[in-house]
Amino acid sequence: MTDVYDLVIIGGGPAGLAAAVQASELDLRTVLIDEQPAPGGQIYRSVERAERDGLAARLGPNYQRGASLAGAFRACGADYEAGCQVWQAEAAQGGPGQPPRQWTVHFTRDGQSRSVRGRHLLLASGAQERPVPIRGWTLPGVMTVGAAQLLLKSSRMLPEEPVWIAGSGPLPLLYASQLLSLGGRLAGYIDTTPRGRWRAALPHLPGALANAPYLAKGIMLRWTLLRSGVEIQHAEEIEARGTGRLEAVRFRTARGIREEPARVLLLHEGVIPNAHAAMALGCAQRWDEGQQAFRPETDEWAASSVDGLSVAGDAAGIGGARVAEVGGRIAALGAAHRLGRIGEASRDALSMPLRRERGRHARIRPFLDALFRPNRSVLVPPDDVLACRCEEVTVGGIRQAVSLGAVGPNQVKSYTRCGMGPCQGRQCAPTLAQVIADSTGQPVADVGYPRIRPPLKPITLGELATLAGEGAA
Amino acid sequence: MFRKLPDPPRHDRVTVHVDGHAVTVSAGDTAAAAVLASGLPYSRTTTVSGSPRAPYCMMGVCFECLMIVDGDPSRQGCQVIVRDGMRIERQLGGRELLS
Ligand SMILES: Cc1cc2nc3c(=O)[nH]c(=O)nc-3n(C[C@H](O)[C@H](O)[C@H](O)COP(=O)(O)OP(=O)(O)OC[C@H]3O[C@@H](n4cnc5c(N)ncnc54)[C@H](O)[C@@H]3O)c2cc1C
Ligand code: FES
Repeated sequence: MTDVYDLVIIGGGPAGLAAAVQASELDLRTVLIDEQPAPGGQIYRSVERAERDGLAARLGPNYQRGASLAGAFRACGADYEAGCQVWQAEAAQGGPGQPPRQWTVHFTRDGQSRSVRGRHLLLASGAQERPVPIRGWTLPGVMTVGAAQLLLKSSRMLPEEPVWIAGSGPLPLLYASQLLSLGGRLAGYIDTTPRGRWRAALPHLPGALANAPYLAKGIMLRWTLLRSGVEIQHAEEIEARGTGRLEAVRFRTARGIREEPARVLLLHEGVIPNAHAAMALGCAQRWDEGQQAFRPETDEWAASSVDGLSVAGDAAGIGGARVAEVGGRIAALGAAHRLGRIGEASRDALSMPLRRERGRHARIRPFLDALFRPNRSVLVPPDDVLACRCEEVTVGGIRQAVSLGAVGPNQVKSYTRCGMGPCQGRQCAPTLAQVIADSTGQPVADVGYPRIRPPLKPITLGELATLAGEGAA
Repeated sequence: MFRKLPDPPRHDRVTVHVDGHAVTVSAGDTAAAAVLASGLPYSRTTTVSGSPRAPYCMMGVCFECLMIVDGDPSRQGCQVIVRDGMRIERQLGGRELLS
């Protein structure tokens, strides 16, 4: 591990792939590290394989676009560490005449740990689905819509019936239509978007019209679903019921409470930045009221508050695949300039068309944010609902810790163990922050998330031992 | 909990053993997908109360898919790609993690 890269990219979705292509065009020595076995990230997961066996065409042109991006990445000359989980990144100050910082990035593959070094680090770790804490959400058979879609893209798997979808946003609609077109069946589709949201979203419609194809696609998906005969209804108070596994879904509609048999229940309430790594590395965070999520502060070149560390794509704030792709390229330009590899003038000139393109794709976002802003009950669930899946801490447990004097998320965490399990708060930190804010009357922005300690991913002693072995060799 | 799309016939079949039962999946599938296809009702139980859990996110952020892969505990099953002959065991209770 004597080589030092110019740029180390974490994440192989549209942002990371496009950044690698751009960086290579600028002759930066680049390595991209990604958890997945093949390029694509979340949206374009397994796209090369799906393209080969014909599935991609059936999933639609927006998915197929990923194949050309993956191709450009494969051809760009950047090194590629696939199937590798990054569990730590450390910065050391460079000596006199050296670039200001050098990063060492540690990752594991198949239980073996390795590391690379680089002068600039780009986090393109994407988004995760917002946790959807409802009664019974830990029952086997309850999972996210995104999880079911990943099973479809990379394993060609359909859920066993009866299948229910409950949620809000574009992804459930997209998955529902993909499922139906592949011969799957839906017992029912529960739309949790509060009634009347259209009114809140309407003022943003003119901006959204600039993205007419996107809007048209949404309307078409809804139309496909309507025509399919699947029962669609507005409901709230979704509850998963069963002993040991999901057996039924219960919900409240305008006409009262209903309970229906279910084998699989798929939940979705939008996506939030997967900012875990950025937080652990100390990037300053900003509360995004529209998206009801924290995100790392970044400047116009995607640089974070930490020197030598940029964040691009959905990890820096939800913008969707096309915005992520352009954002990755802009981040690469920023990194090249910071490393003294291109001048300001060429950086700025190269970025102009990219910024125009990003502006076009981003104009629908305020409309989507307003339309699909999550229900209050998703953010602050009832007291008996589990907030922390790992340590089994309820919303009421958090409230009780607050009433006993725990003031901030770190204190509540040590009182209750909320956030101390293997997921390190990825599933409960948003709820923790919202419930503390609700209990104390503070704004969520002031509450924040609990501190994240290294490692980024839990690592076993065996994996650590392989790193020690490598150092000694 | 999940079933495979029937078409097209795949030539990249892989056999793994989930709690000793042979399950046929495709190369490139994850260990978590294999457990979901195996027909077993859950993939782990929690340390706190022993409650049964199954993969929830499939993208590495919920850790409900922790399983024992070829004797190695607490592997994130949704991030582990299957290999022919892989032994996958459901993880009941305890875990051995550093953090
Ligand atoms: C489950 C899911 C499904 C989605 N499906 C769609 C869809 O069908 N259509 C759509 O328009 N949008 C979809 N989205 C929205 C999606 O986030 C964006 O459209 C787009 O994928 C964002 O691109 P990105 O490059 O920022 O990140 P991503 O595409 O999310 O890529 C991030 C990559 O980083 C990797 N990574 C993260 N942390 C680490 C680590 N520590 N070590 C190594 N690698 C790491 C991830 O495995 C992933 O491959 C989905 C989002 C989610 C969460
Ligand atoms: S299923 Fe969520 S981490 Fe694997």
